Amino acid sequence: MTIMLERAMPATLPRLLAGGRRLAEHRSTYGAMPLARYAGEAGRQRLIDEVLGAGLRGRGGAGFPTGRKLATVAGGDKRPVVIANGCESEPASRKDRMLLTAAPHLVLDGAVLAAHAVGADRVMLCVERGSSLADRLERELTQRRDDPVKWRLVRVPRRYVASEESALVHYINSGDARPTAVPPRPFERGVGGRPTLVDNVETLAHIALIAAYGAYWFRELGTESDPGSTLVTISGAVAQPNVYEIAPGMRLGEVLDAAGGATEPLSAVLVGGYFGTWVSLPDGWSLPLSHDRSGPGGTTLGAGAIVALPAGACGLAETARVARYLAEESAAQCGPCQFGLPAIANDLAAVAFARCDPATRQRLTRRIGMVTGRGACRHPDGATRLVNSALTTFAADLETHMDGWTCTGVSRDPILPLPDKRHRDKGWK
Amino acid sequence: MSDEPGLRLQVDPIACVAHASCRELLPERITLDEWGYPIISTDPLPPDLVSHARRAVAACPTLALRVDGKLARQR
Repeated sequence: MTIMLERAMPATLPRLLAGGRRLAEHRSTYGAMPLARYAGEAGRQRLIDEVLGAGLRGRGGAGFPTGRKLATVAGGDKRPVVIANGCESEPASRKDRMLLTAAPHLVLDGAVLAAHAVGADRVMLCVERGSSLADRLERELTQRRDDPVKWRLVRVPRRYVASEESALVHYINSGDARPTAVPPRPFERGVGGRPTLVDNVETLAHIALIAAYGAYWFRELGTESDPGSTLVTISGAVAQPNVYEIAPGMRLGEVLDAAGGATEPLSAVLVGGYFGTWVSLPDGWSLPLSHDRSGPGGTTLGAGAIVALPAGACGLAETARVARYLAEESAAQCGPCQFGLPAIANDLAAVAFARCDPATRQRLTRRIGMVTGRGACRHPDGATRLVNSALTTFAADLETHMDGWTCTGVSRDPILPLPDKRHRDKGWK
Repeated sequence: MSDEPGLRLQVDPIACVAHASCRELLPERITLDEWGYPIISTDPLPPDLVSHARRAVAACPTLALRVDGKLARQR
């Protein structure tokens, strides 16, 4: 199924960041929303088929096929609702803020088109509260009174798990931003009991481009199973830490080169944010990065946060600090997460700061296995994946630490970013 | 992870408060972690355990336990 394109768009990068911030600039680059091309019931189905054919996968972390989600929500028995998820509670990620700042109307076009595809007439744009971004988006939304949807900007508490999809739905429904037990999943029963499409804002921006330029155009970049372009946030010991638009399938070394290359020798790179995995260097230079798992650690781009660790830093100490943060960010609703994550964080701190005996080390392994898969949401699974990956990647350091020596890296300033206490909410309301 | 048909025991981890009555009634399928929360095998229940499992479901003070033909989550 091909669509005759009204405008040509180069297949090269950048795609998402080619337009402007203001509505007029955006329209002059990308043109009007192609709603008329997908009019009526048949048109909506064509739009879903186009996204399915494009092979777009979610950019919020899990990489689920977007077209399949659209089809499921569209097939519900009530009029659905769309949530555009721009909370970006991942501390090492800046891509969603960047996209919502540089190309807000591409995201909003995508949300309108996604709403059209599933038959929704309400879109809720969710961002973390207390940011100038929220105020700016509020102003941009006033420019879009002619959209066929009712917009609502939702300011979400600044908590790591508040951006998980069931937590967003819970917050909108009841003012409590903690995840809920599933089933039902939001796509079955979400906002006000209606089928709810929760998509990351970058995912929605790609939907806008696919609607305009087609599945074939989208597939000219990326891999067979992870096509298109994707945003990554690169930080740590690189010359130009920033957000970059890359093609899935690029190798880790190429991606770091895009950020100006390393500023000092590196020992490892964290890929996929704080639910991600450490990739050991030099072996990892040639690892292809996409939303498919690859390499010995099952590495995936996740939400695209990449942090380069200098050889002089201590990966165990870095991970121990993040494990503590993830423990503090537990919603404390499920026992294994509420009690397990602090226990794991304590054990890992003992390992990292050389107060560890073999019994502690064994207990840590046992606790990791005990906590995984036993929460209502994936928070404990993500946290234990990170800790496990650190124990594997930094196995040599671990031996040193077990002998009662710490590396000099323990006393270095932290590389992995954590939000300032002032920018973290205590509650869930 | 088996996806063969059959009844499975499942826990709602938010509702569960580690009362551990389920462990008393169905030790064949339930152990406790170090914080007292149940670790439950989600393999299909053998027929001779189904009635015991239903008794454990009925005895849970927070209604956190259920017997279901469909897995809520792939572990």
